[in-house]
Amino acid sequence: MKAKHQRLTLVLLAIGAVGGASLLALSALKDQAAFFYAPGDVKKDGLPIGRAVRLGGMVADHSIQRLADGVSMRFVVTDGVATVPVAFKGIAPDLFREKSGVVAEGSFNPDGSFTATNLLAKHDEKYMPPEIAGKMHETKTLQQ
Amino acid sequence: MIAEAGLAALWFAAALALLQLVLAGLGVWRSTPVRAEATGSARSDEETTLTADIIASVRPVAVVQGVLALFAMLLLITVFVRSDMSVLLVAENSHSDKPMLYKIAGAWGNHEGSMLLWVTILGVAGAAVAILERSLAKPTLIATLGAQAAIALGFYAFLLFSSNPFARIDPAPADGNGLNPLLQDPGLAFHPPTLYIGYVGISIAFSFAVGAMITRDVGPAFARAMRPWVLGAWIFLTLGITAGSYWAYYELGWGGWWFWDPVENASLMPWLAATALLHSVSVLATRDGLRAWTLMLAVVAFSMSMIGTFLVRSGILTSVHAFAVDPTRGSFILALLAIYIGGALLLFALRVGTVKQGNTFDAVSREGALIVNNLLLSVILALVLLFTLYPIVAAGFGTQLSIGKPFFDKFIGPIALALGVVMAVGPMVRWRRDDPGVVLGRMTVPVAMTGFALVALVALGGGIAWLPLFGLALAIGLAVASVLPLWGRNWRRTPLFTYGMVVAHLGIAVSLAGMACDAAFTQETLVAVRVGEPYRAGPFTVTLDGIKPVVGPNWSALEARLSARRGADGAVFYLRPQSRFFANPVTVTSESAIATRWDGQLYTVLGEPDGTGRWQLRLWWKPFVTLIWFGGALVALGGALSLLGRLRRERRVRVREAYA
Repeated sequence: MKAKHQRLTLVLLAIGAVGGASLLALSALKDQAAFFYAPGDVKKDGLPIGRAVRLGGMVADHSIQRLADGVSMRFVVTDGVATVPVAFKGIAPDLFREKSGVVAEGSFNPDGSFTATNLLAKHDEKYMPPEIAGKMHETKTLQQ
Repeated sequence: MIAEAGLAALWFAAALALLQLVLAGLGVWRSTPVRAEATGSARSDEETTLTADIIASVRPVAVVQGVLALFAMLLLITVFVRSDMSVLLVAENSHSDKPMLYKIAGAWGNHEGSMLLWVTILGVAGAAVAILERSLAKPTLIATLGAQAAIALGFYAFLLFSSNPFARIDPAPADGNGLNPLLQDPGLAFHPPTLYIGYVGISIAFSFAVGAMITRDVGPAFARAMRPWVLGAWIFLTLGITAGSYWAYYELGWGGWWFWDPVENASLMPWLAATALLHSVSVLATRDGLRAWTLMLAVVAFSMSMIGTFLVRSGILTSVHAFAVDPTRGSFILALLAIYIGGALLLFALRVGTVKQGNTFDAVSREGALIVNNLLLSVILALVLLFTLYPIVAAGFGTQLSIGKPFFDKFIGPIALALGVVMAVGPMVRWRRDDPGVVLGRMTVPVAMTGFALVALVALGGGIAWLPLFGLALAIGLAVASVLPLWGRNWRRTPLFTYGMVVAHLGIAVSLAGMACDAAFTQETLVAVRVGEPYRAGPFTVTLDGIKPVVGPNWSALEARLSARRGADGAVFYLRPQSRFFANPVTVTSESAIATRWDGQLYTVLGEPDGTGRWQLRLWWKPFVTLIWFGGALVALGGALSLLGRLRRERRVRVREAYA
């Protein structure tokens, strides 16, 4: 193969491979990336059923109920605008508690409740998931 | 006084970096042939001597700069060890009741300290280049040290103007805030420095590329000079990633070993780029091909390590590493990033035209296989970068989303498997040209092994998802293929770097097998148990014997006493997972307890009491999960053997040339 042709082939191959993979991934991203919702967004935009979602807000006071099997629980997430009941099976993170920030990963059910597969809680005084910080701030401004 | 001395050392080091840059610039400019012609071909002796003096002075300046940076780092460690609370950084991140190991490691368990560690390693590595590098042409070496100084200057500016680690606080608090308990682990002493050495090693490879571009000296000699640094950086990145993965696995208590967390990706991206560079630099050194591509990869690898630093340090992404961050500093690093990457790409664009075409080769050849390797690595790198940054871009457009593990697994997994196939075939193909039929013939055994494993797994296992299934089958074929290059050779005369390649490729196969086994065969049990009630976790029976309070140096904990036995008549062994309470700062962490057997790990986590006398327990049986990190260690060992082999050969060649 001539040098010029070789270079051209390689460049085309590289552009094709990277571009193709990226296009494919971007099209799939539309369906599969987990979007972030606050309870108020659900009221506003409707239920995103059948897709991975992150639900963020505060755990409402006196809302944590532990079920008989010892590993399941129910609680309510609120952002001051609306509330969403959440069901979760598993070990809650150490800093998961009432009146504290939480991000629940999972999906909505047709009745408007949320089934969480994973919970993220505020880590320490310095750390708050930026989404929660952002949403809380937004909600506060809206209420004023 | 110690803190002030540290700050002074930093300022001096910064000034020396500036001097190093200016001297190197002058030296390169004065010794370019173009200028020699412009000033008349007969240069005066005086001027030649001056040029030689300038060039000779760059090396010592680089050495002193490195020593000063190291001195500053040692002083920072000293104030941490002495718990000097009048230093703001110590007050914010340390506490006098911390064990000594974490006082020392705490020096880099925060933003300012970790940046100082970065620049210290950079300085020391620059000094090492100045002292050790003997084979490269003088002007190229000087240009390399100049580029190194330019990188260092940006980080000195960052430290001195926006992240001074030695700032005082007045009045000094009685005691400090303490270190994040998640970081109070031996992993902290090891993981960040290894990764930083890797990042910095890549910056040296990049400086070599810049040096070679400035002096238009891109060829096998440059590739041979650059290769040990790429290899060294790659070894440390491999170790850092492997250690970080195991640390996250046992510390976070989620039972996973890779979360596609942005910061994990930040360490993976430079590794991918460095892996590609490592293979392309071999083509350049051995066959004098892929010149421009190798330069480009050096630029990309450095950009990735800078983006990695940016992602970690700016706190722009949600991450388990989201402690020790400050968004306002992100803009400073972003500016540095733009200058470095932009400058490097500009230089590349200006000089790529003068890089001569290297040797050509056939599609079926070792070079061809290495190009496919580079291509696939680049595609993976592009996807990881895209997925990691996409949430930031989307946030800019007002959409908040996250891209999780399932998505990465789905897209990266198949490409990684394809890469595994190329990796099995590549070493069996000859340089320049080979016959496809003959190559296929050499692959008979591995292909047969993979096919056999596939059939056996489908027949016996059943219900394994296709990705782990193919992963495991490929791992078996790859393990066989990776040792094939030793087949029929005289083992004593086989060079050390060939063994290096074999061990590294075998390591990938072992690691792949571990990942596939973990995905396919893990058994998870989540229960609330009473004391004395036995539960099954895979082949084990686990019983909660009791819960006891225990006290550590700076924490108290509830500790579960678990007894476990394999089958009905296995020997009983004990596990003690804890729920730890730290007072400084107030935090609760789960400490998992792991029992390692030859064929896997039993992983236990203690949850909360449910109020009726039961305790939550999470138990995993993870067959062969340990292979993941064992494989990672093998890969690093392979890199080390390769490095040793290359250095030995280079030395032999130099000695031979000296006597010729």
